[in-house]
Amino acid sequence: MKTVAWTSAIALTIAMATPVIPAQPAFAAQAIAHYRIDPASHIGFHVEQVSGGAINGSIPVASGHFEINAQDLAHSSVTIELSPGGVATGQPRIDAFLRSNAVFDTQTYPAITFTSTNVVPTGPKSATITGALTARGKSRPETFQAAFSKENGNRMSFHVTGDIPRLPYGMGVGVPIYSNVVSFDMQLEGVRE
Amino acid sequence: MISLRNTATAYGLVSRCLHWSVALLFIGQIALGWLTQVFSDQPVLQFDLYQLHKSVGFLILALALIRLAWSLFGRSPHAGAVASAVERLLARFAHRVLLLLTVAVPLAGWAIASASPLGVPSYVFDLVVVPNLPLPVSDAAEAFWSHIHAWLAYGAAGLVSIHAAAALFHAFRRGRTSLHGMLPQRR
Ligand code: HEM
Ligand code: HEM
Repeated sequence: MKTVAWTSAIALTIAMATPVIPAQPAFAAQAIAHYRIDPASHIGFHVEQVSGGAINGSIPVASGHFEINAQDLAHSSVTIELSPGGVATGQPRIDAFLRSNAVFDTQTYPAITFTSTNVVPTGPKSATITGALTARGKSRPETFQAAFSKENGNRMSFHVTGDIPRLPYGMGVGVPIYSNVVSFDMQLEGVRE
Repeated sequence: MISLRNTATAYGLVSRCLHWSVALLFIGQIALGWLTQVFSDQPVLQFDLYQLHKSVGFLILALALIRLAWSLFGRSPHAGAVASAVERLLARFAHRVLLLLTVAVPLAGWAIASASPLGVPSYVFDLVVVPNLPLPVSDAAEAFWSHIHAWLAYGAAGLVSIHAAAALFHAFRRGRTSLHGMLPQRR
């Protein structure tokens, strides 16, 4: 009787001491960090005009993510969606023109998206990012330059620039009074997930 | 042979060329200006029409200034005995006003472009940038010059109709030479 009682007690103790452990992946995923792009990011652009000066503005971020592979930057990626409906140049009549079917046609195409396909490091903290830019229903490969700005707790930010031609997207109105080239200057803020 | 300069009884070649080039461009330009307002629901077309309208407008302004100078420093032929004194006076007055309007209408148009907060550069036929006039820039100022420009342009359209009708009336009803005096070949 005593033996039975002891065996039961030991069995119970073992059962209780062994928590149900979820299956751990065999490989280490620690090198990849996921970030959600904060809508507080700034997507600035400017289009030069023939007489000097330029139209300067910004487009709000709807959503986006990036993944940083610290061990192998080339395996990092980014995807972002912008809301051209919120384009702001400081001149309401220009904003209305940009939203109209002359340019973004935001009623038909409420989003501009970019999804990276290729990241080529150009230094320890910078990279050339190529990907598919989709605007006004047209997709084309475009290239941006990204440089690490700063890391602060769970936040990481990048300075990203790139020149995009607007004619191929059917947004060529006003060329050559206004340049075909839209120069982007962005500060992307990521929040670690 | 037509002389280059006006004579006591006939317009010279320069006056005729200037009259007809400005006349055709001016009438086309009124239609073009009107069209910019018709296509307000097609922003790309409207933008392009505006730029074309501005380019043609500056061309008219240049020709009209040359013409004004030419008519100030030359003589104007007198209509002769066929037109009455009143007719001559009216014609002379109408010609002066038309001459001024061909300068004033594009100047008012230039003022719209200059006062507009949109600041769309005037890139004449995609060749030369014409700078803005030094005027206050605001939505209200732009609207003000728009009104002036529209009134002057449509007023000019009315006067041009009377002027052309009078010229044709003289040519066909009276078999007179005033129209012939403006046409390429003069007997
Ligand atoms: C002889 C030359 C010109 C003629 C006969 C002319 C005639 C007209 C007419 C008939 C309109 C339509 C007005 C309306 O319906 O509201 C118009 C509009 C306009 N014109 Fe001209 N124009 C001339 C030169 C110019 C020039 C040189 C410029 C600018 C550089 C200009 C700029 C404009 C603009 C911006 C409008 C639209 C104004 C609005 O919003 O109402 N025009 N023009
Ligand atoms: C189809 C339309 C037109 C016809 C048939 C026409 C016909 C004529 C004729 C026959 C004359 C000579 C009058 C004379 O012998 O005293 C004349 C002179 C004149 N016309 Fe017209 N014209 C037309 C359009 C215009 C337009 C659109 C303008 C200006 C906006 C204009 C401005 C003048 C002026 C200023 C003169 C005085 C002569 C000069 O400085 O060139 N005309 N026109």
